Amino acid sequence: MAKNTLYNKVWDAHAVATLPTGQTQLFVGLHMVHEVTSPQAFDMLRERGLKVAYPERTFATMDHIVPTKSQARPFVDPQAELMMQAIERNTAEFGVNFFNFETGKQGVVHIIGPELGLTQPGMTIACGDSHTSTHGAFGTLAFGIGTSQVRDVLATQCLAMDPMKVRRIEVNGKLGPGVTPKDVILYIINRLGVKGGIGFAYEYAGDVFDDMSMEGRMTVCNMSIEGGARAGYVNPDQKTFNYLKGREYSPKGADWDKAVQAWSQLASGPDAEYDEIVRYDAGDIQPMVTWGINPGQSVGIHQPLPAPDSFEDSGDRQSAELAYQHMKLQPGVRPDELKIDVAFIGSCTNGRIEDLRAAAQVVKQGIEQGKRVAQGVMAFVVPGSMQVRKQAMEEGLDRIFLQAGFEWRGAGCSMCLAMNPDQLKGDQISASSSNRNFIGRQGSPSGRTLLMSPEMVAAAAMTGRVTDVRKFSAA
Amino acid sequence: MSKVTQITAKAVPVRGDDIDTDRIIPARYLKEITFSKMGDYPFYDERFDEEGGQKDHPFNKPEHQGAGVLLANSNFGCGSSREHAPQSLVRWGIKAVVAESYAEIFAGNCIMLGTPAVVASSDDVAALQDLAANKPEVEFTVDLEAMEVRAGDLTVKVSMPETRRKALLEGTWDSTALLLANRDKVRDTAKKLPYMGWAVV
Ligand code: SF4
Repeated sequence: MAKNTLYNKVWDAHAVATLPTGQTQLFVGLHMVHEVTSPQAFDMLRERGLKVAYPERTFATMDHIVPTKSQARPFVDPQAELMMQAIERNTAEFGVNFFNFETGKQGVVHIIGPELGLTQPGMTIACGDSHTSTHGAFGTLAFGIGTSQVRDVLATQCLAMDPMKVRRIEVNGKLGPGVTPKDVILYIINRLGVKGGIGFAYEYAGDVFDDMSMEGRMTVCNMSIEGGARAGYVNPDQKTFNYLKGREYSPKGADWDKAVQAWSQLASGPDAEYDEIVRYDAGDIQPMVTWGINPGQSVGIHQPLPAPDSFEDSGDRQSAELAYQHMKLQPGVRPDELKIDVAFIGSCTNGRIEDLRAAAQVVKQGIEQGKRVAQGVMAFVVPGSMQVRKQAMEEGLDRIFLQAGFEWRGAGCSMCLAMNPDQLKGDQISASSSNRNFIGRQGSPSGRTLLMSPEMVAAAAMTGRVTDVRKFSAA
Repeated sequence: MSKVTQITAKAVPVRGDDIDTDRIIPARYLKEITFSKMGDYPFYDERFDEEGGQKDHPFNKPEHQGAGVLLANSNFGCGSSREHAPQSLVRWGIKAVVAESYAEIFAGNCIMLGTPAVVASSDDVAALQDLAANKPEVEFTVDLEAMEVRAGDLTVKVSMPETRRKALLEGTWDSTALLLANRDKVRDTAKKLPYMGWAVV
């Protein structure tokens, strides 16, 4: 059992009681709510005559279903419009904070939490969404829950939980040029497997995470769940505090100093004990691309796609066979032989301002080389939030994308899960900066997804095929 | 709330590792604001082609209609936290799941619906799946007291976290009431959390 880790400190501080089942009743410091997994939970409250216990700790927005082309109301899709009306009604009736378009703060739930300073070190954070792990970048214990658990948190601000194990994942050394946080997490998932993290919280540590920006840490923690870990975190440091200083919901005045004082006590100490420790070398990580139907099926940009026989585990072998069948690809092919139809930059993994800046930089280099979005490729950029969008426009990033032939959209989840009109058609293949390449994930049952960093998506958009961003930028 | 001690029903095998929640229920069905119709959609894109014609899938086979025990392999239910996934299975008729392993959130969601999700070894799951495929009329019993699954001549040991087993056996799997009972302790815990009182303006 882990001891004296950040996980232990946060868990212990929020443990209310031991339930008759033996589970821990855990207090939830921040509850984020979105339109898709909450209407049924609010209905359950109504059926039981319950109120929201801590409305001041509950924050809602809409992201999954919102269209990104025109956000005028009523939405064209009547189901989307109904869902919007449901969250408007529910947040009004139950007195929950709601970031809609009018506030200028709408966006993907895991982007706006940190952006508004709601996400703070040492908190427990829950949301009816598996990528809640994102918030772990601030040294929180943050995890996704189902709708009946959303009901529990609404009604009691608590969850019935079983403890987790902690695996420390150290990556030491320096990342090479063109190697991004997305590549780091894809590499980790490739090494530990998509089920390697079941039962664990991941603690990311070592030089690479110390050096990484807050936004990069969010990208890494975001995809913990793709490795099977319900939560992932980075110990908070000065960078964390600097990021939070002055944000809308960050503590102010004398409370800021108290907060920094409290936050400084949270990191896993030298006496921390872990259930497991694994170590990787930053120098081994290359830009990564997925070729299959789960985020663990990936290769470095220069590696040929692996033969199914190369997997020891029979389940992995079968998954690889199914992946080749679905992806209509052959083992031995090199990633840069893969042509794309669609390029998507966005999502809670890579839809933040740094991601857009990095992608725009690549696009700008392309423009300087006389390139634009390759013929036949539909390329679009979906900022993670209204504030990210605004910031990007202030910096002129939208003009770079537009000049090269990208579309520039409104904020939302978009083609990360394709609950809105942004969908692949038929067996189109996308280069995507999102987090899941599951069958059907991007809206077409036969659609195909290649996950990579936003820089790599930008390069792929401009060449029409998967491209090593390092070569692209050097050309 | 009802106690769940054992479930007896025919079984349906769904083979393959890492069957994610997008495969169990495609995201377009998440647009509905209630769970009431979810039973129409489990494995939709694997069961129906784009014209609505039936594809070869265990959930479509006449012999598996009315099955109540789902037999799956490892990392079942990975991906999204959508409760729509277990809701769709349960509303289709599934009352218990036996698998080699589960994604955490999926297993937790099953318990919230009073649906046991138990773990068996990979050889045992394979034997149970073969039996259900070859003799679909055989009744399977998932017994949470003995922690075993019995079917035909087979008896296999299964496991699940003791806390969840207890919740099912004692009928306390709907946690809201348990959590509400500790209101005062919740307030005490909240009071000690530094961030509860910080000024944000
Ligand atoms: S961007 Fe994608 S992964 Fe993130 S919350 Fe939206 S749908 Fe989920």
